[in-house]
Amino acid sequence: MTIAAIDRAPTEVPTELARGRGGGGPASKRVVVAYGFWIFILSDMVMFSALFAAYAVLRGNTAGGPTGADLFDLRSVFIETMCLLLSSYTCGLGALSAERRQPARFFTFAILTFVLGAAFLFIEVSEFARMVEKGAGPSRSGFLSAFFTLVGTHGVHVASGLIALIYLMAQVIAKGLQATTLRRLLCWSLFWHALDIVWVGVFTLVYLMGD
Amino acid sequence: MLGRLSWAAIPFNEPLPLLSGAVVGIVILAVLIAVTVKGWWPYLWREWLTSVDHKRIGVMYVTLGLVMLLRGFSDAIMMRTQQAIAVGSAQGYLPPPHYDQVFSAHGTIMIFFVAMPLVIGLMNFAVPLQLGVRDVAFPVLNSVSLWLTATGALLINLSLVIGNFARTGWMGYPPLSELAFSPDVGVDYYLWSLQISGIGTLLTGINFVTTILKLRAPGMTYFRMPVFCWTALAANLLIVAAFPILTATFLMLLLDRHLGMHFFTNDAGGNQMMYVNLFWAWGHPEVYILILPAFGIFSEVVATFSGKGLFSYRSMVWATLGICILSFMVWLHHFFTMGAGADVNAFFGIMSSIIAVPTGVKVFNWLFTMFRGRIVFRTPMLFAVGFIVTFVIGGLTGVLLAVPPVDFVVHNSAFLVAHFHNVIIGGVVFGALAGINYWFPKAFGFTLDDRLGKASFWCWLIGFYLAFMPLYQLGLMGMTRRLQHIPDPSWQPLLLVAEAGAIVIFCGILCQLAQLYVSIRTRERRLDLSGDPWNGRTLEWSTSSPPPAYNFAVLPRVETIDAFWYMKRAGRHPAEPAYEAIEVPRNSAAGFITAFFAVVMGFSLIWQIWWLAVLGFLAAATVVLIAGWRIEREHEISAAEVAQMERASEVRHPA
Amino acid sequence: MDAPEHLFDDRTPGVEEHEATASYTSYTVGLGLAILATIASFVVSQTSLLWPPGIPVGLIVLAFAQIGVHLVFFLHLGSGADSTNNILALAFGVLIVFLVITGSVWIIANLNSNMMPMSMQ
Repeated sequence: MTIAAIDRAPTEVPTELARGRGGGGPASKRVVVAYGFWIFILSDMVMFSALFAAYAVLRGNTAGGPTGADLFDLRSVFIETMCLLLSSYTCGLGALSAERRQPARFFTFAILTFVLGAAFLFIEVSEFARMVEKGAGPSRSGFLSAFFTLVGTHGVHVASGLIALIYLMAQVIAKGLQATTLRRLLCWSLFWHALDIVWVGVFTLVYLMGD
Repeated sequence: MLGRLSWAAIPFNEPLPLLSGAVVGIVILAVLIAVTVKGWWPYLWREWLTSVDHKRIGVMYVTLGLVMLLRGFSDAIMMRTQQAIAVGSAQGYLPPPHYDQVFSAHGTIMIFFVAMPLVIGLMNFAVPLQLGVRDVAFPVLNSVSLWLTATGALLINLSLVIGNFARTGWMGYPPLSELAFSPDVGVDYYLWSLQISGIGTLLTGINFVTTILKLRAPGMTYFRMPVFCWTALAANLLIVAAFPILTATFLMLLLDRHLGMHFFTNDAGGNQMMYVNLFWAWGHPEVYILILPAFGIFSEVVATFSGKGLFSYRSMVWATLGICILSFMVWLHHFFTMGAGADVNAFFGIMSSIIAVPTGVKVFNWLFTMFRGRIVFRTPMLFAVGFIVTFVIGGLTGVLLAVPPVDFVVHNSAFLVAHFHNVIIGGVVFGALAGINYWFPKAFGFTLDDRLGKASFWCWLIGFYLAFMPLYQLGLMGMTRRLQHIPDPSWQPLLLVAEAGAIVIFCGILCQLAQLYVSIRTRERRLDLSGDPWNGRTLEWSTSSPPPAYNFAVLPRVETIDAFWYMKRAGRHPAEPAYEAIEVPRNSAAGFITAFFAVVMGFSLIWQIWWLAVLGFLAAATVVLIAGWRIEREHEISAAEVAQMERASEVRHPA
Repeated sequence: MDAPEHLFDDRTPGVEEHEATASYTSYTVGLGLAILATIASFVVSQTSLLWPPGIPVGLIVLAFAQIGVHLVFFLHLGSGADSTNNILALAFGVLIVFLVITGSVWIIANLNSNMMPMSMQ
């Protein structure tokens, strides 16, 4: 039975033969690494939830200063959102190309992902700078502290992801698309998609409901 | 250039910290000199510091926990003594600013650097062996976790001699912990040391959840796993779910302190109550992270030393998972008195009472396991029986506290202090000591001296009751916690009893140290040659003592619960299996070196030496990037070598 | 080193590995749906298409839709037995996130309402 056949196998896999979740013995390295990274991502979601909770609680504490409605520019938020969403798309296509051992396509999509992610960051940093200039920096009020920390932490994650992408692209150049590098790319794409999921929460709860 | 660091940070004019720091410094120096003179560095580096073997890492965690127990206990006896003598017009010997640091350090060290390492160390050692596999899912990350925890412990201990520690209590509530009221480095030591070790703990959680769910011996379905592995799974799920909350909360406090933000400040829209809420949203799962593995250890110990399978395995599993989920629904009981309305308090009060039910199920299961068993009273079993009695009392006072009107009377009194020490000492400490006595022969190849083990048990048991039962009474009489001076002389007799209890516990600790020393000196008399000194039921007892690096030459084929027990009963002695080559992970210095730079970074952040902090961070990141570049991380033990090692060991695997 | 072929592995969350044409389609369909839902969110929040008190509800529903699209089309979380571990982990995470956020909001709102009246600071 080939791997392709496993995909066409009945969804009810006998427990005695299922690796990892049943009695089939230890799972393969790829599954173990991906699952571990999935658990890490869930822990990161919990950290964001604490920051979301803080934001939800402090959103009204403007201390006489500016509110969200005064500060948010929904047009640039929309452009940011599209950039990140498209970068998730190109990330997915890049991951597919990597799995199929197509280096040229992989690099194209990876660079597109990087550019879109960097565009997102650029817009976000500009927005932060604009707000600070207006005197609406993070130390102005509880609301602004929560805003900058929640959105800023997401931004730091995006930036770390971009640095990691450069690092992984270098690794692929040096070592090619082999099992280990593919595993790491898989983890990276999980991370990137998760960041887009968090962003859905951010733009919905912070920007769209902030008016 | 050196931030806030200056010679004034060293407490030249305070004899106590100076002297204790000097003593500790001399001891450490002596150890380092001895190691150098004897030429042990290559061995230490190769076999321990860069090891990624879960067994070695487990031993190092437990060692860290036991060493820090000495520091945490010194804080305890200092507080007991101060409270015993500072009554009426007597002022005692420990002025308030120091007393405050002592109780803050005591709590922080005992929770994060004694209880957590002991529990994580025992899980590290036993879980892969019980699952019948060769190591955890991510061995290098395991090493990183250990060394980052050690980093946190080192930073906290540095606060004794360089600067000072927080005076806020181990919870660090704002506004006291904000810059306005704690401008010195104390709270920063607290925050950075726990942030750094928190990363290590989170990585452990991820590691073990993945290991238990994805790496088990062939045939070991979920309901054939040992109960200790189930409790380890639940505890690690809680780590993954709770520690990120603590990370976020400490991040917010750090931002308040260092970037002038207003999460928890009194002014500009901060909300102090949010800190308390988020802290305990972590804090309650944390205590279950500590106690669940202890429950698991007791399940193993009671079954083994009663010669019977655990009563009602399934209800044990469901109770464990129930506790895991419920532990996230009770956290407000830590701040009933903060002013929530009756509906909120009632909800959390009811949930807190409900969570006692699965624990009760477990207690009955242990009792029914013992009933009509053939009980052998070795040290671990004594701890188990002591635990059942003690923990039930502590749990009952917990259910009392779960009733909001009762809590309104005794919140933050000595009654509360007695309750949580009751469950933590009776549960976690006794569990750790039982686990250490139980698995020591597997780790080192000889059992610990049982007489001294029993002596240490009796001292701990009697000492605990003497030290903490008076505190229940004192709480009901109106004594609050954290008192540096006792206003009411009628409390003194009970406080003297408590002091006596602390001294008896100290004797228990001395007995433990003696036990270690004597056991090592006379180890030839108690060698564990069979690998199975207790007639055990689970797979770790099927290996030699100590097991080879790869644990199992051939992964055991599991068909039942208590796999090893049934393998022994079936009595198969097969011919030698066909050995195959085994891949073992290579050692890695990444953990140790990253932790070194984490110390540099943490210390610099605390003292605001920004350039050094950046350098430390970049260095640590570089180590991570270099380690992440490696493709080949295993080395192979050939089939012939495996065969040789297996034949040399005197144990024949019944599988 | 490949496992014996009669043993079945779990699915990893992430890349859809072995079905040739289906995957480009799945990502593109996902992108399309996500774009629609995103635009809908912005429209809902800005226009008076929805009854005003219902706007937050609408936004939350659309947010869940977008997250669902990500999970199904980009992360390939399926419903088969080989995705069970991934789904269970996700469910656990969702539960914790829910408890932390709604628990905190409920508790702090309750506490805030019992505070002494403050001048606007």
